[in-house]
Amino acid sequence: MSVPAEAARRRIVDLFLSSEERLLRRWTQLSGASPDELRDLYQALRTAISGEEGDLADVRGLLAELSRARVRQGYTPSDTARLVFSLKEALYEVVEDDGGPEALRGFVWFSRLIDDLGLYTFETYSAAREKIMLDQAEQLLELSTPVVKLWEGIVAVPLVGTLDSARTQVVMEKLLQTLVETGSEHAVIDITGVPAVDTQVAQHLLKTVVAARLMGAECVISGIRPQIAHTIVTLGIEFGDIVTKASLADALSYALKRSGVEITGAARTRVAVRAERG
Amino acid sequence: MERVPILKLGDILIVSIQIDLDDQSVLALQEDLADMVVSSGARGVIIDITAVEIVDSFIGRMLSTIAAMTRMLDAETVVVGMRPAVAITLVELGLSLGGVRTALNLEKGVAMLEHVRGAAG
Amino acid sequence: MSGPQELPIVTNGDVVLVRQQVRSLAAEIGLSLVEQTKIVTAASELARNALVHAGGGRVLIQVLEGGRRPGLRLVFSDEGPGIPDVDQALTEGWSTAGGLGLGLSGSRRLVDEFDLVSAPGEGTRVTVTKWAR
Repeated sequence: MSVPAEAARRRIVDLFLSSEERLLRRWTQLSGASPDELRDLYQALRTAISGEEGDLADVRGLLAELSRARVRQGYTPSDTARLVFSLKEALYEVVEDDGGPEALRGFVWFSRLIDDLGLYTFETYSAAREKIMLDQAEQLLELSTPVVKLWEGIVAVPLVGTLDSARTQVVMEKLLQTLVETGSEHAVIDITGVPAVDTQVAQHLLKTVVAARLMGAECVISGIRPQIAHTIVTLGIEFGDIVTKASLADALSYALKRSGVEITGAARTRVAVRAERG
Repeated sequence: MERVPILKLGDILIVSIQIDLDDQSVLALQEDLADMVVSSGARGVIIDITAVEIVDSFIGRMLSTIAAMTRMLDAETVVVGMRPAVAITLVELGLSLGGVRTALNLEKGVAMLEHVRGAAG
Repeated sequence: MSGPQELPIVTNGDVVLVRQQVRSLAAEIGLSLVEQTKIVTAASELARNALVHAGGGRVLIQVLEGGRRPGLRLVFSDEGPGIPDVDQALTEGWSTAGGLGLGLSGSRRLVDEFDLVSAPGEGTRVTVTKWAR
């Protein structure tokens, strides 16, 4: 038995036209999707397979949109892929009723097409999910790195938790941006809450201090734990002339002095502050 | 080639770079500035790079050269308004702008010049 | 998105145009401000290298898509004298044009991938790539 491919394809297109209502109804049942979204997809698919040179761009566009929506709505990857694959089952029922060799051969051809589209859906689903995860990771980074104002002209970043290269970079960019926005000439990077640093993180901290200096601001690093000091020295990282202080309080006091603020402990509960600035 | 205008305010010269500098303009600015420091008797120079999107090694070298040159002519140079992204890139590039004074903005740059000159008498 | 495009590097003005084109594409594919600044700075160094050392050249600018993250690839090529010792040329502080010697070694640190092909008399080709984070 040999049926020309072209005749097989045409038979499927015919079935798509003549059994549209039946196919759509069954597809909706099998996939559990809404009839409206399936109708658009169905029509795009019909147009694509009717054309001499099947252009699937529209179908792919709709599928990409659909899988993105499904990611947001919390559907599983299987749910999403089933939406595409179930059309095969719906069509098979129609083909079986038809029983002709063209329809059968056409079904094999159509199956391959659907498999491709199913895989495509799966890919766009994963891509969409990955993008959401990356965005969330970025948002978390933003949230976990506040830059706070300690005094007029003095800002601080209290870093807590493990620092990786990406997070350190985000924090440092944000710190430098804050210096510009607030016109602060002093910054304190407090790493009391950081258990360990690796070479890259230490390098980023260093580079930030140098970058701040290039912009006309001074950075003090405070709260270096003994283990971190040990790491930095062991790794042979040159901290050079970077100012380090034992605690955030020491760093603040240093920055205040540098910016011309004088603190006098006149009474036990009162701190008198006098600013002398140009 | 575009020329960067140099403004005079009291005994300070202010250069605000608003164009995408090509190397020719960079060299011209160096020369213009040296001439202007001498002819105006300025004691301070402020180079405002707030609008500058990148500083590569050529522009970086210009800043160092201007600073060294004006110092020889008895004037101090302050570079103001460097963007964070530019500063980060310069550090990565390995350029430290040795000998160049910097300030966050124009106002702080002027204050710095006054302070330096106050100290010098 | 636009296909690869080639820009000539013959005058100082061309270096500025290369910077502007790289900047606009880098922004278009979503590189962060810092990443944009780094790739534009690298482009400026490499374009100037081609101009100063080889008397001119060209750059092919390519947007890379389809991977996990988009990227920007720049291929600088010239038919200049070439570099006899590539390793030495990538060493910090090495310079022939009376510069700071940061052109090659510096731009290498500003990008994610760096490839330099050169031989005496055969010109130089530098390929750099920057990926969005």
